Amino acid sequence: MSETSSSRRRFVGASVAGLGIAVAPGIHLIAAQGPAEPAGASNAKRWGLLVDASKCASGCDACVKACATENGINETVADARQGSQWIRKIDLQDKRTGRQLSLPMMCQHCANPPCVDVCPTGASMKRADGIVLVDRHVCIGCRYCMMACPYKARSFVHQPLTEQNPEVPRGLGCVESCTFCVQRVDRGQTPACVEACPEGAMVFGDLKDPNSAISRRLAQVATTQVRADLGLDTGVRYQGL
Amino acid sequence: MTKLPFKLLCVTSRLRAFASKLLVLAVVLVSGLALAGESRVAKPAVIIEKADSQCVAPPEEMRRNHMEMLKHQRDKTLRLGQRGAKVSLNGCIECHASKKTGSVLGSGENFCQGCHAYAAVHLDCWDCHQPKAHTKATPAPAAAGAKP
Amino acid sequence: MQLVPYSRGEERFFYTLAALGGLVTLIGLASALYMEIHGHAVTGMNNQIVWGLPHVFAIFLIVAASGVLNVASIGSVFGKVLYKSRAPLSGLLCLAMLAGGLTVLMLDLGRPDRIIVAATHYNFSSVFAWNVFLYSGMFSIVAVYLWTLMERRMNAYSKPAGFAAFIWRLILTTGTGSIFGFLVARQAYQSAILAPMFIIMSFAWGLAAFMVVQKAMFAWNGLTLHPALRNRMKNLLGIFVAATLYFVAVYHLTNLYFAKQVAFERFILVDGGIFPALFWGGWFLVGTVLPLAILYTPGLLAMRGAVMVASILVILGAFCQLYVFIIGGQAFPLEIFPGLAAASSFGDGMVGQYSPSLPEFLLGLGGIGIAFTITTIGVRVFHFLPQDDLAKLEAAGHVLE
Repeated sequence: MSETSSSRRRFVGASVAGLGIAVAPGIHLIAAQGPAEPAGASNAKRWGLLVDASKCASGCDACVKACATENGINETVADARQGSQWIRKIDLQDKRTGRQLSLPMMCQHCANPPCVDVCPTGASMKRADGIVLVDRHVCIGCRYCMMACPYKARSFVHQPLTEQNPEVPRGLGCVESCTFCVQRVDRGQTPACVEACPEGAMVFGDLKDPNSAISRRLAQVATTQVRADLGLDTGVRYQGL
Repeated sequence: MTKLPFKLLCVTSRLRAFASKLLVLAVVLVSGLALAGESRVAKPAVIIEKADSQCVAPPEEMRRNHMEMLKHQRDKTLRLGQRGAKVSLNGCIECHASKKTGSVLGSGENFCQGCHAYAAVHLDCWDCHQPKAHTKATPAPAAAGAKP
Repeated sequence: MQLVPYSRGEERFFYTLAALGGLVTLIGLASALYMEIHGHAVTGMNNQIVWGLPHVFAIFLIVAASGVLNVASIGSVFGKVLYKSRAPLSGLLCLAMLAGGLTVLMLDLGRPDRIIVAATHYNFSSVFAWNVFLYSGMFSIVAVYLWTLMERRMNAYSKPAGFAAFIWRLILTTGTGSIFGFLVARQAYQSAILAPMFIIMSFAWGLAAFMVVQKAMFAWNGLTLHPALRNRMKNLLGIFVAATLYFVAVYHLTNLYFAKQVAFERFILVDGGIFPALFWGGWFLVGTVLPLAILYTPGLLAMRGAVMVASILVILGAFCQLYVFIIGGQAFPLEIFPGLAAASSFGDGMVGQYSPSLPEFLLGLGGIGIAFTITTIGVRVFHFLPQDDLAKLEAAGHVLE
């Protein structure tokens, strides 16, 4: 190796070291100054909901009212078909036997959500803990997710809104659906519908925790996923369907 | 050569004629708009309601970077579920909503609208977010969306 | 070659046409603005029928845009002399209709102001996002293709450019069909046959649109299409219309064979109100049987403007078909609980109701206005009129008597 190249190498080495010393405090400073990031949604959890349809009364809509209050779904619409419904009561009747039942229907928070697959901008998204949400900041209102959802769980906001709940932003031209009351879940509470049900027909909890109330119930009783044939692995399960 | 009679256009001259007509139209439109827009938006007189308390960053930084800070945080809150961060849009409203109207919107006196009208920057936040402080969601009226 | 300037009357006619196109476009844009300010509350669309009339117009324009390019492909890719002279007009119509269709699609969005988001955020598992790429790619490829056709020094590259455009348009229409084909939830869609079916439909609709424009341009210039050439083109249109009939028949027959789809087929074909009426009366009778009868019955074909009438009927049929496909497909109640009768406040178990409002119709019409205006200006400032060199055609084996 020639004398020049080794001296050049020493020079480069020294400058890099110098640069490192110059930058290090800054890096240290940033690391020290930055407050610890709040813990976010974790994939160690998967939120789920078990609905006992055998306890659900046909005329009762306590869950629907609680949802509307919590999420500020309070607008008056001229055409009912254009109104948002994050949760709705469906009355079912077996076409042959005449057996009747009633149940609440909402976003099923699929593990493989079709709405997330089809969304062109990635506004439809699934959080690490399995909650499926719409990021209204990038929703362009194309409604392709509504075409793709097998549960008709989504609504499109057809008119300007003003009376939102500060914790639940929602507005004109975007698609929306049940969020499992994510603002409450992040505070350690259960969704408003679960809390409001007078029959205690809904159990909310972590499907990944074998000791959670919902996991223990699921291990004991027969439950159904709606349209299980589609293989979407829903987070909402029904008992007594 | 072809046997059919046809009209070949002198492309450049036609384009030029067409373009000049468009230009005239544009000039007329622009001058009309300029005349209509004679009145200027007044410089906002920003009232800081809670002058004694401290914002999350110095005013110079907030003026320049509040949009970046909010945009950064919105993704963390919504997509990652990180709650309780220092930067928060609802935090802005709690401090900056006007005492009179309780909102950051309404007129040039209100915190967000005043500056944004002056700077001619479209405000997108309030299409979905609630601009009033201390709002409680009202229960749905009988004929509301959730229960048609 | 001889330069013949426009007469005063022709000048006036051009400006009248351009103004008419511009007016329809402006009305369409105004309707979109009205919809953006008031929200989709002013449309007939709702949470059951989420895609309405604007989508019928937009999808017609986009599918026909890819089909109209076929005329150029037959010339460039398959080397047919008759179609070579029609390639530039075909390329222009493709761009014009694509622009019209995409504008309608974009302006119908809930947040058209965020179109930049659609251009900067891509979810690559979305068929819609693929289509965004396919559409913008189509624009560039066809623009380059037009350049190679119209710039003499670039002529040598027109064949590879034409080939690229041909492949791209096949993928593009596959993408359009797949927007529906990939929807697992709804009875009307979720079928792989939709992609080839859309390609065949694009052939028919595109050629029909081309024939109408060609006829109008020839009439304007006091020309007539040589009967032998007209014969070839009308035969091709007939084949495409018949092929569409075949695909639609296969689509419905497979559905009829699957017990779980029978209720849906009953709805579309028999008791779904407006939808069976549009299917049988609109698409089948007006859009398929009548044009085929005109195109293949010598007595009818001999009448003045017979091919033009057949082409217009094909286009009318296309609109009926899309209305049944898009709106009928959504109106049929979603089977969330198979085997159970459902009732709710959200239209479960009920046929979706949709009555289009004026603004959404005008927005769709505006898309056609955009395509019309671009075409009118295009054919005036550039040389798009198809010119048939009869000697060359005869040399290529065409029998012209």
